[in-house]
Amino acid sequence: MRYLALFILSFVFWMLLTFDLSVANLVAGGAAALVTSLLFTKYFFHKVVKFIQPVRYFWFLVYLVIFTWECIKANFDVAYRVLHPAMPIKPGIVKVKLELKSDFARAMLANSITMTPGTISVDIIDDVLYVHWIYVSSEDPEIYSRKIAGKFEKYIKKIFE
Amino acid sequence: MLAFLLYIQMALAAFCLFRVIRGPSIADRMVGLDIFGILVVGICAILCIQTQRSFILDIGITWIILSFIGTLTLAKYLSGKKLNE
Amino acid sequence: MVSTIFISVGVLFNLFGCIGLIRLPDVYNRLQSATKCVTLGTCSILVGVAFHFGLIDAGVKALIAIPLLFFSATVAAHALVRGAYHAGIKMGDKSVKDDYKDAVK
Repeated sequence: MRYLALFILSFVFWMLLTFDLSVANLVAGGAAALVTSLLFTKYFFHKVVKFIQPVRYFWFLVYLVIFTWECIKANFDVAYRVLHPAMPIKPGIVKVKLELKSDFARAMLANSITMTPGTISVDIIDDVLYVHWIYVSSEDPEIYSRKIAGKFEKYIKKIFE
Repeated sequence: MLAFLLYIQMALAAFCLFRVIRGPSIADRMVGLDIFGILVVGICAILCIQTQRSFILDIGITWIILSFIGTLTLAKYLSGKKLNE
Repeated sequence: MVSTIFISVGVLFNLFGCIGLIRLPDVYNRLQSATKCVTLGTCSILVGVAFHFGLIDAGVKALIAIPLLFFSATVAAHALVRGAYHAGIKMGDKSVKDDYKDAVK
């Protein structure tokens, strides 16, 4: 089952990348996808059933819209800080408690945090995520945890867990 | 118009190389190199429109993956680990 | 026309990112501005290329490059921040808080 999922995924990727429906290209893509799935399945997801549950795709679309909006906001935020003559920065590294359990969901959360305004994730050491923040606006862990991670955590929980 | 944007993008890549030459510590140089790799992908994309040939985007995709591997290797070296960990 | 607008916005964001790379005081802040601005700027350029070609091979290739660029840029940024911290590079003078110092020891 996992082999088949990875085979289909890499074959679709090959077809999109070459965009050519001749027989020679189909055979070459099939061979490449077969070798890929035989070699690398042990690094793939463990529960491929998640791929065929349509609710997850719906939440993924919602998440994509929110994420794009946050990205654009992040860019204007950085542009403001860079172009301001006095450079209003107050950087620091803060701790954020994680509620997600699976590895892939944690990786996605860290990626999202990197692209949101003013934060970049540094490391995860058992259930705590360390985040470098360009403007530390409050000292209370409750408030900044919600501010940094709360927006994405509930959607990622619905998509990947 | 497009040629003008291409020149600006090339000038930005040159700025990044300024940080690579000047940077006080080794991490600064690596940040400059990483950003330079992403800017080259933008140059490839604009060139693809100008010359109307799609293979230049293949160069861009390959460049993304190779610069990613290079940055990861340098970061491992920087944090003081062996490369096989 | 739409593609030219997208490409111009992308180049503008790249410009902000490079100004940040030159101007900000230490490695961590430089990495913040550079990663965010340059990644979204290049994604915007690629969206412009996809609009220009439509759904033929070049356009689809540009659309594939976007998620690839996203994941590789963010993961490279994590690796660089972590590597710089472990190599002992100090945070700048303006820093106010450092929780990570206790965790590393």
